[in-house]
Amino acid sequence: MKKDLVIIGGGPAGLAAAVAAKEAGVDDLLILERDARLGGILNQCIHNGFGLHTFKEELTGPEYAGRYIDKVLALKIPYKLNTMVVDLTEQQTVKENRKLVTVMNREEGLYTIEARAVILAMGCRERSRGALNIPGYRPAGIYSAGTAQRYVNMEGRMPGREVVILGSGDIGLIMARRMTLEGAKVKLVAELMPYSGGLKRNIVQCLDDFGIPLKLSHTVVDIKGKERVEAVVIAQVDEHSKPIHGTEEEIKCDTLLLSCGLIPENELSEGLGVEMNPVTKGPKVNESLETDRKGVFACGNVLHVHDLVDYVSEEAAQAGKRAAAYLQGSLPEVKREIPIKAVNGVRYTVPVSLDVERMEDIQVVRFRVGNVYRDAAIEVSFNGNVVSSRKKKVLAPGEMEQIVLKKIDLEQIEDLRDITVAVRQKEEKIHG
Amino acid sequence: MVDVVVIGAGVTGCAVARELARYEYKVTVLERASDVCEGTSKANSGIVHAGYDAHPGTLKAKLNVEGNRMMETLSKELDFPFKRNGSLVLCFDEKDRPRLQKLYEQGVENGVKELRIVEREELKLLEPNISDDAVAALYAPTGGIVCPFGLTIALAENAAVNGVDFRLNTEVLEIEKTESGYRVITNDGTLESRMVVNAAGVYADRFHNMVSGEKIHIIPRKGEYCLMDKKVGGLVSHTVFQLPTVYGKGVLVTPTVHGNLLIGPTAVDVEDHEAVNTTGEGLADVLKRAALSVQNLPTGQIITSFAGLRAHEEKGDFVIGQPEDAPGFFDTAGIESPGLTCAPALGKYVAEQVLEYYPAKKKTDFINTRKGIPNMALADGEERARLIAENPLYANVVCRCELVTEGEIMDAIHRPLGATTLDGVKRRTRAGMGRCQAGFCSPKTVEILAGELGRDMAEIRKNDPGSEFLTGYDKDGIEE
Amino acid sequence: MDKKEFVCIGCPLGCNITVETDGAEIKSITGNTCPRGADYVTKELTDPRRIVTSLVRVQGGEMPVVSVKTASDIPKGKIGECIRTLKKIELQAPIHMGDVVAENVCGTGINVVATRTVDKL
Repeated sequence: MKKDLVIIGGGPAGLAAAVAAKEAGVDDLLILERDARLGGILNQCIHNGFGLHTFKEELTGPEYAGRYIDKVLALKIPYKLNTMVVDLTEQQTVKENRKLVTVMNREEGLYTIEARAVILAMGCRERSRGALNIPGYRPAGIYSAGTAQRYVNMEGRMPGREVVILGSGDIGLIMARRMTLEGAKVKLVAELMPYSGGLKRNIVQCLDDFGIPLKLSHTVVDIKGKERVEAVVIAQVDEHSKPIHGTEEEIKCDTLLLSCGLIPENELSEGLGVEMNPVTKGPKVNESLETDRKGVFACGNVLHVHDLVDYVSEEAAQAGKRAAAYLQGSLPEVKREIPIKAVNGVRYTVPVSLDVERMEDIQVVRFRVGNVYRDAAIEVSFNGNVVSSRKKKVLAPGEMEQIVLKKIDLEQIEDLRDITVAVRQKEEKIHG
Repeated sequence: MVDVVVIGAGVTGCAVARELARYEYKVTVLERASDVCEGTSKANSGIVHAGYDAHPGTLKAKLNVEGNRMMETLSKELDFPFKRNGSLVLCFDEKDRPRLQKLYEQGVENGVKELRIVEREELKLLEPNISDDAVAALYAPTGGIVCPFGLTIALAENAAVNGVDFRLNTEVLEIEKTESGYRVITNDGTLESRMVVNAAGVYADRFHNMVSGEKIHIIPRKGEYCLMDKKVGGLVSHTVFQLPTVYGKGVLVTPTVHGNLLIGPTAVDVEDHEAVNTTGEGLADVLKRAALSVQNLPTGQIITSFAGLRAHEEKGDFVIGQPEDAPGFFDTAGIESPGLTCAPALGKYVAEQVLEYYPAKKKTDFINTRKGIPNMALADGEERARLIAENPLYANVVCRCELVTEGEIMDAIHRPLGATTLDGVKRRTRAGMGRCQAGFCSPKTVEILAGELGRDMAEIRKNDPGSEFLTGYDKDGIEE
Repeated sequence: MDKKEFVCIGCPLGCNITVETDGAEIKSITGNTCPRGADYVTKELTDPRRIVTSLVRVQGGEMPVVSVKTASDIPKGKIGECIRTLKKIELQAPIHMGDVVAENVCGTGINVVATRTVDKL
């Protein structure tokens, strides 16, 4: 089978990328989805709060996904469900570079699709108990928050009655409310960091509304119970995140939910040899969201973990558009890649570079900061000269930030060598 | 009335049962857990030791070298993963050389072939990521790695196919001597048996002491491990041990037969026979010690940690055979490391004793081989296509991290001694053993198990009763 | 005089806002950085409302439950009653996204609607 464009993943990123590519004129495309339905993780995110940016209304996850699925159907974009990509490689011939996408499914068996371009949209996975290396027994009753979410929201089954949640990322907060509404007792949410990784509104509406305590600078240091969780021991941690002896407290519960971070699922990208960003654990991409492999684009949570699906859709649409340009020959060859450097509190940027000739009129650069900053500014510099400084009352690791670069501004810079994005804090006056 | 009751379906019990199945015996294996391979056999290093560790003349030494020799053939007969990757014992200090030399000589005396001491330069060639502090090493090319679940389950399945009756969820409460042998009282009825094989792991002393006045005492010795992602499984290719020093026994760094990296174990004696919990101190200790052997230990790639209990008998050697005051009662007690390696030899050794005590004819229809579950992850394109043509369910991926398909999970459920729990499926297929640790696949596996076993999802367990995953329906806790 | 503490959800800043009330009357609002904070606490004090999302059982569908939401926000105090109402409902597949599952839930004048389509098995 030959295809111009193969999109790996039928979640929000893959759907938006496909729609954008099709609308830009790519007709020979295919979405590959490993699950039984399109929409990805949105299918189990039945809470509201999606789409405020994209649709200017508040939708639930399935409704947000539904909007894009409807577009995919209306545009007659082909897709395959229950289809797993087992291998992704490249083949360079004299004439062209092709991607070989090997897939498997029940109906068609095992076969390889030759694609001229590929969009990576595989999403992410949750950090497991093992990866957190939490000591204790290994009974039933320990779930990543997303697994619990699936049981409750898709199957109507409860994974527990008395719950402790470790990690105050948004999924953890959302699940605190979901479990409570469905009749479980959520005893507390413990967060290793001195600040929550989730959105403020989720702390208020998911914890405060139900009187669920949030214990910052706390972690789980022991899990008790041989067959089923019987209790967890939480302890306060010091500034190096090490448990403080003597602060241990045993909490009786039958369930521990973990919401301790998401990891982009890049096993296929790594297999292809795509250069990765060790900070995001996603591919390094240029202004076109193209990886160091020509014709391989990435978007959504496989590229870097987002807080809001609206930004995933926006980013994915750009990837779809740029993939279309690549296929149509209207994306110029990379000539002069200008690095975008993340410095002074900025942990990373997406993209990591841009080519002024290739860029569109406006380039969004997304990033996260590594700490909580108050009364700071986001500073952008060209060749070391500050060109813009935007004040921010607060910057937090849990909130993705963005700056917008304009092509006309960049074109005016002679010999542009680098762009930096930095956090600048006012120097505090010390009295006396 | 049966001929032999085997207590315990760990690797030792299963190995003995399979050997006994070659003869015209009526054999029943009693296992208190809901699956085979639920105790020490599931939580160990998975190492096939070369045989230089044990003191010459001990049972450990004899059975180790013999077990090592048998393992390769057995792995082909019973189709379980085994690899002879060789092992290295690192020496970090010139002052310790005499001890390295002694270990070498001990190995030679035990009959270990191809042993030699390698110097730093060769060591670096063998293992480029080895610590610069290592000055030399004992190199044993015959050392190997095995899947401990694969080995135990293969032995059990083959025993079952050859007529051995496995009774799971059956806990032995009392053993009484009778005129014709032994009365074994369980939570699920009583069995009269001519003979008993005690393969009860950390509980072997309890059963031994029920029938014999020569008391033995087993001390559970906890070992904690960390398992790392397959991405870093190639950090070392050999099993890398440390020469014991004044600071302790040392831990190993090894690839597993499935390509992960394993580090551990600690060695702490504990009172509690069920204390398979990991501890903050233990895991920190494993990481600290493992970092001595290799450069840049990838601690960020840990996917899980676990602990197992070795059955350490206080006198230090295996206790195998009949106590003087309990004829027909065969101990296999104190089977700590290298127990996994020894299992094939130990099974044979005990079967010979049983035969001597109560002879039986060899079966003519014993089935010597077993075919394992197909493995889509390891299969090449051609093999994959062939399997899918045979059964399209081999194309439906359930566990994405380890590439385990619905077909393989169905096989695991429907084999002899098939899986009835999530852990059972995991140990037979590796579904859920990968980097997401069953986050994505467990709901699907639970659904398949429920469907195939004709049960509700709420009845599906992780392992033993009480380990059900689900506690009810949404809004059960809401009062109307 | 009563004192109540709020964390504003208007932006990531999360201002801690203190409100002093005398009966139904708001006497003072302090701690907010911007007017949005005052608006937020006023609404929270006088008529706090939430959109409720949950599940309703489905018979004969490809899924055993369908996700639902209140079509707009309902008084916060009615959340528990709303969930209890949903517990009593059982639907028959097929159900379409947007279908009304419960009319005028708990007398709020607001309907509960399905947020996904569940096809007949």
